Amino acid sequence: MNIGVFVCHCGSNIAGTVDTEAVAKAALSFREVVFATDTMYACSEPGQAGIVDAIKTYDLDGVVVASCTPRMHEATFRRTLERAGLNKYMFEMANIREHVSWVGKDMEANTRKASELVHMAVEKLRRNDYLEAGEFEINKRVMVIGGGVAGIQAALDCADGGLEVILVEREPSIGGKMSKLDKTFPTVDCSSCILGPKMVDVAQHPNITLYTLSEVDSVKGFVGNFDVTVRRKAAYVDWDACTGCGECTTKCPSKKTPDRFNEFIGNTTAINIPFPQAIPKKASINADACIKLTKGKCGVCAKVCPTEAIRFDQQDELITERVGAIIAATGYDLFDFTKYGQYGGGRYPDVITSMQYERLLSASGPTEGHIKRPSDGAEPKDIVFIQCVGSRDKSIGRPYCSGFCCMYTAKQTILTKDHMPDSQSYVFYMDIRSPGKNYDEFTRRAMEEYGARYIRGRVSAIQPKNGRYLVKGADTLLGQQVEVEADLVVLAVGAEAAKGSNELAEKLRISYDPYGFFMEGHPKLKPVETNTAGIYLAGSCQGPKDIPSSVAQGDAAAAKVLVLFSKDKLASDPQVSNVKLVRCIGCGKCESVCPFGAIEMVDFRGMPKASVIETVCQGCGVCTAACPQGAIQLRHFTDNQILAEVNTLCL
Amino acid sequence: MSSSPKAFDTEFIAEVQRESEQNLALCYQCGNCTAGCPVSFAYDYPVNQIMRLVQTGRKQEALSSHAIWLCASCETCTTRCPNDIDVARVMDVLRHMARRENIVSEKAVGAFWKAFLESVEKHGRVFELGLMANYVGKTGRMFTDVDLAPMALRKGKLGLKAHDIKKLAEIRGIFDRYREQK
Amino acid sequence: MSLCYAYYPGCSGLGTSLEYDISTRALCRNLGIELVDIPDWNCCGSTPAHAVDHLLSACLVGRNLGIADDMAEARELDGIITPCPSCLKNLKTTQYRLADPEFHRKVELVVGRPLRADLPIKSVLQVVVEDLGLQALAQLVKAPLAGLKVVPYYGCIMVRPPRIMQFDDPENPMALDNLLTELGAEVLPFPLKTDCCGASLGTTRKDVIAKLSGRILDAAEEAGADAIVTACPLCQMNLDMRQSQINKANHSGHNMPVFYYSQLAGLAAGQGETSTMLDKLCVSPRPLLAALAGHTGEGA
Repeated sequence: MNIGVFVCHCGSNIAGTVDTEAVAKAALSFREVVFATDTMYACSEPGQAGIVDAIKTYDLDGVVVASCTPRMHEATFRRTLERAGLNKYMFEMANIREHVSWVGKDMEANTRKASELVHMAVEKLRRNDYLEAGEFEINKRVMVIGGGVAGIQAALDCADGGLEVILVEREPSIGGKMSKLDKTFPTVDCSSCILGPKMVDVAQHPNITLYTLSEVDSVKGFVGNFDVTVRRKAAYVDWDACTGCGECTTKCPSKKTPDRFNEFIGNTTAINIPFPQAIPKKASINADACIKLTKGKCGVCAKVCPTEAIRFDQQDELITERVGAIIAATGYDLFDFTKYGQYGGGRYPDVITSMQYERLLSASGPTEGHIKRPSDGAEPKDIVFIQCVGSRDKSIGRPYCSGFCCMYTAKQTILTKDHMPDSQSYVFYMDIRSPGKNYDEFTRRAMEEYGARYIRGRVSAIQPKNGRYLVKGADTLLGQQVEVEADLVVLAVGAEAAKGSNELAEKLRISYDPYGFFMEGHPKLKPVETNTAGIYLAGSCQGPKDIPSSVAQGDAAAAKVLVLFSKDKLASDPQVSNVKLVRCIGCGKCESVCPFGAIEMVDFRGMPKASVIETVCQGCGVCTAACPQGAIQLRHFTDNQILAEVNTLCL
Repeated sequence: MSSSPKAFDTEFIAEVQRESEQNLALCYQCGNCTAGCPVSFAYDYPVNQIMRLVQTGRKQEALSSHAIWLCASCETCTTRCPNDIDVARVMDVLRHMARRENIVSEKAVGAFWKAFLESVEKHGRVFELGLMANYVGKTGRMFTDVDLAPMALRKGKLGLKAHDIKKLAEIRGIFDRYREQK
Repeated sequence: MSLCYAYYPGCSGLGTSLEYDISTRALCRNLGIELVDIPDWNCCGSTPAHAVDHLLSACLVGRNLGIADDMAEARELDGIITPCPSCLKNLKTTQYRLADPEFHRKVELVVGRPLRADLPIKSVLQVVVEDLGLQALAQLVKAPLAGLKVVPYYGCIMVRPPRIMQFDDPENPMALDNLLTELGAEVLPFPLKTDCCGASLGTTRKDVIAKLSGRILDAAEEAGADAIVTACPLCQMNLDMRQSQINKANHSGHNMPVFYYSQLAGLAAGQGETSTMLDKLCVSPRPLLAALAGHTGEGA
């Protein structure tokens, strides 16, 4: 075997602390290495051309590049080999940047370590086999999980692109957080006026199947061939029969049911349609509040329903859908402000969240758009807005900026003035973050035209005083304490990962950050992909986002799915497990440890043997460690190859 | 206060960080400490500006401030700091440093603490009447709390004799060895 | 359950807050909590010590912790308790900082003995509410404080800083509220329950006390309280003994009795003046108690 070694400088990234020339020289002494050189940027066009030239000149049949992590450029160099006519698996990469030059400053030690890593790569390469990728069919249906604005956008794009879409939403209606908003910044246009038509499009699109009141139960399979089981929760109403006439909701005697849609301001009925523009516009029963379901009596809704749609005995239903790609668009939840004991921790009725205030502003909200204090229904005059409640606060585990609170608070002060010209808004803030298009102009308008009084400082505490609230803050620009008496306090609560997002991430086998937001494939270059092929992200499930950004990500995720589905078949990775039948004793250990269900037991001349479903296998290698016989081997990472590397280092 | 531009006194910043075991770079000047400080009205610099003086290495201004002597150690700032900085401990450390440099901007407070610790060193426990006499002697504030004396005496709230501990030598030893350590 | 603690009374218990010490001892006796005084204890140094030097503060506390170590060698102890939040904070802060081996070594050097300092340290209030439980207290109540409207005032450091004090909710503690409710009193919501009274600035900066303690008295009156109930000698002194000074400075006319919770516990248990020592209070609670049915004859 003729092996060539290329030691990359990566500018000064590697050459700054590794003697690359010495590493190349050392490589020449390794077995079967016939050519070795250092090179400025191996990944650049001239760098790759140099590799192709060397392959031809020295008749190389294997190449080692010592440079960065394989995650960065393994695919690049494999293509280089293919261009030079070699099998792309006759390539090894030694990571002398992340593992050497970036972690140590000692040139001599670094050079020695780099040489050893190159030596290991050479020894592995000597045992590499030619591998050929197979092909498999893909199912060109897509599932979108989450029916907020990002999910709606992604679903409509995919459906318009001709794909069959299954949209799954946990709540009874799609619309997400945006459907609860009164107006949107920076244009102050009506939220439901711009979202409503899109929701209707979803309902009417022939390519979209909508499952609301539904959650993902389990996910099996792999890119192109996922089997997703969806739990359709009991609505206790036959939605095929329900016409959304609302007769049941007017007659239901259980009128003190907590109103989730209205953020628990005001009450609703046990059977309800969450809001007038709900899609689908179907009634469902809150089982905890329903008198019939809790006590066995009542049943008024069943008596008044003109289509006899009520089903008190309805059960959850599991449906399995086969799809080729999944877009997660599960959104966010609002920070639970009861953690702030100094702001009353939920004990003060007129200290409310920004989303509750949004419902008070909304004409379809519990007060029909009149701003009223929850405690006594009085119209407030002085309203204090406190920013960064659950954002940029390390002490409660939320060090990140939620990004949109500055903007929605400015909007709320503007709407407050519109609703109540005699009112006065005060905003306690730390920094105003308004970098979007027309955003900073908008926050300035709140101050300049609408007279919102902005005070730079955090609030230490809120104390009830004579039926109002004393808000104890600071003006750090003045260097003084500020106390404002308020009739109503609105907390600009930050965003946190949606409840259950970690569990969903586990089901989808995608990564999430310490706060539960889903991890994109690359923070800059793969913003809507994940590390699991075929699964994409849109909206705030990846991190807090405003509406324009969520919509853009929905579009982007849909585009990625359409690109994926532009091929009829996908290449399978040949770096998968493989069973040596003679050694296999059919014990089944590999089958039981495989996290992907990629191993099945088959009958081979009357004996049980393990068999790998190559398109399902992800090449994780768990089975190879579990096999007591060494009968199952991971191609490209066989025991022999790994032992050769270890021996190189230790012997 | 001088307002001419000054260089950062990095040694001072490092010293405060070392003695308080707090990372002052964590402070993002939100003002929460000032907002909740009960004594802020009596300060020359609000707490967040004391933190800023330390962050920017302005030793003279920080150590000669009145605020560091008036801090009541109520721990509100420490409890509510969004960055979990033990602000009250930083205030404590600034007092320690000011005392070492003989800068005592609130003479009465300094004198009271001195008299208090002298009482502890002398008796092992605080002898309140003796403490007051010593404090009045130090400050010349003849009328401190004289209005309360009749009531306190009538109620038996002011012990007329000290409750010395038995092993006074141990306390003296602690004070002596503490001074040697310093 | 039989509980036995090393007891640290604190200096004020010998003078300005004698009634707190006496009524606390009586309460513990009634509840079956055995208190063994730390023999020959010394002053913890209070605020002046930690304001002057953290090592000095830790060493003054350290001697007491060392004596408690010796006590624990001789007999089983459930921990160290003190009625005074200021002493408590110093004790707990010292224990917290002794976790640093370098600091621990220094303190041992100055104190002149090895220190384990690993006994749990709590306030008497915490032991009564958490370890013993309010049901035990309820059994003592013979004369419920029906009709007595009180606001509970915890002071600032009974629960703060939470990392060190590890007791109740630092923003809305309820221990005292629940205890007083158990005694039959009507406990009113008190937004200023953990606000600072001015603490040790009483002697040196009366303007600070007048403002801060004045605000607490004002708020208690606004809340409709007959009395304030505290668990801190310094708070009690500022609010009670200095109430006349505060009235003068603020042109106010407060006449608000300020009890220790232990005094009210004794009162509800039907105990006499020798245990409750209500006569020690500067603002006399007698007219208030006389007006309350059921207590008209008591101790007056």
